[in-house]
Amino acid sequence: MNRVWLRVIAPLAVGALFLALWQAAARLSGVPVYILPAPSDIAGSLWVDGPSLLGSLLVTLRITLAALAAAAIIGGLIALVFSLSRVIEISFFPYAVILQVTPIVAIAPLIIIWVHTPFLALLTCAWIVAFFPIVSNTTVGLNSADRNLLALFKLYGASRGQVLWFLRVPTALPYFLAGLRISGGLALIGAVVAEFVAGTGGAETGLAYRILEAGYRLAIPRLFAALFLLSVTGIAIYLVLDFISRRVLRRWHESVTAEGEE
Amino acid sequence: MISSFSEPAVEVAEAAPILELINVSKRFGSGLEALAAVDLRVGRGEFLSLLGPSGCGKSTLLRIVAGLTPPSAGDCRLAIDRASGRLGFVFQDPTLMPWSTVIANVLLPFRIARRRGAEPRDKAAAAIRAVGLAGFEDSYPHQLSGGMRMRVSIARALVTEPDLLLLDEPFAALDEITRLQLNDDLLRLWERYRPTIVFVTHSVFESVYLSTRIAVMTARPGRIAADLTIDLAQPRSRATRLSPDYAAMCERVSATLAQAMGTP
Repeated sequence: MNRVWLRVIAPLAVGALFLALWQAAARLSGVPVYILPAPSDIAGSLWVDGPSLLGSLLVTLRITLAALAAAAIIGGLIALVFSLSRVIEISFFPYAVILQVTPIVAIAPLIIIWVHTPFLALLTCAWIVAFFPIVSNTTVGLNSADRNLLALFKLYGASRGQVLWFLRVPTALPYFLAGLRISGGLALIGAVVAEFVAGTGGAETGLAYRILEAGYRLAIPRLFAALFLLSVTGIAIYLVLDFISRRVLRRWHESVTAEGEE
Repeated sequence: MISSFSEPAVEVAEAAPILELINVSKRFGSGLEALAAVDLRVGRGEFLSLLGPSGCGKSTLLRIVAGLTPPSAGDCRLAIDRASGRLGFVFQDPTLMPWSTVIANVLLPFRIARRRGAEPRDKAAAAIRAVGLAGFEDSYPHQLSGGMRMRVSIARALVTEPDLLLLDEPFAALDEITRLQLNDDLLRLWERYRPTIVFVTHSVFESVYLSTRIAVMTARPGRIAADLTIDLAQPRSRATRLSPDYAAMCERVSATLAQAMGTP
């Protein structure tokens, strides 16, 4: 009980203290608002520009969630293929790594030239950033089935499909979910980076472009307000995925049961 | 295909062995010679212990019998079909699926054989009762103690009513109290289901208490140094452990084991 309170109150106290110091510093030092706005200025901007910023947030969020879903499905399938054939895994895994380590900012302009639908172009960028943790985690999970259980399945004459569905897939599930939690944050980053590069995608303007725009106009409080919304979104995505992961694993996995009811 | 154990077939042991190893040896890729020229016949209904020091190839021998590892040379003949559930295997670890309940774990052999419905469920429930875990059907492995998990593992091995049950040091990781309890429970299950049992252990006391026969193995490369019949009265119980016959037999097996290991 005490620990729960500590966990909630201590970070909140740090946050409040930080905001108070920031507020005082901004007001007392006389630094202009277009360089360092006070938290109260940002809150004001959030109140005034909130509705239009939320509209932009929705655009970014749609790309993020679509990219995450695509990463989960395609990433999971790639991992499945990798686990079925060692040859395919060895042949293709390096290229997944290359795709992962190449900075998305560098590839994004190409993708935007190649893919004509703005939504699809942004989605592709975000997907490239998000899919790798799911592929690598799930591949490890699919390959880490208990050796004795594998022997037992062999003993009872299980088919490859049965070994996959009854043993490898359940073993891989916690790994997949851990990958998904990482990918959730990455999909948002990917979407934001893609928007930075693409600029405004026609009628719909994402939150990232609003940040750029606010920067050009020296509307720094609005820039901070948009940034704040972006952070909150990232945290919310993480919390939702964490919740889903706990729900799925709550009955059996050590990561959940160790701190559970007992 | 489905047979039962209604008749203990001890008397026909000599005529028709369920398992016969002829000149079996095993050398691993690393060059390690695990087994050298092992000959062994096991009759139906026997409780045979493979007794030997750690690393003498007992577990390797068991894995060869189960078809999990091929022998490098020699012949392993089984009178039963391995894949049809006629053979059960209990590992040193409980080897349960953590995401499945007790009953789902015990049902695994049926699930692999694509047998569904009431009959497998009844058999699984009976096997869980037989190992003393009635009421825990819907528990998950992490909610059970080490001894209980091992019981689930034994129930899973017994659920297909195998003709041959292979146990690879199943109680080695358990505490003394649990271990003695499970020894007794295993004997009751053997009397009830009457499978042929091949039991790997490095405990003299355990092997004498449980077995009708002990094959003593030498250190690496493993070979069978002595084949002892344990004719202590059946059924065995806690009283057996206190009898002078038991003590004398343990003494004899210990001496044989020491000889096999080359220690005077």
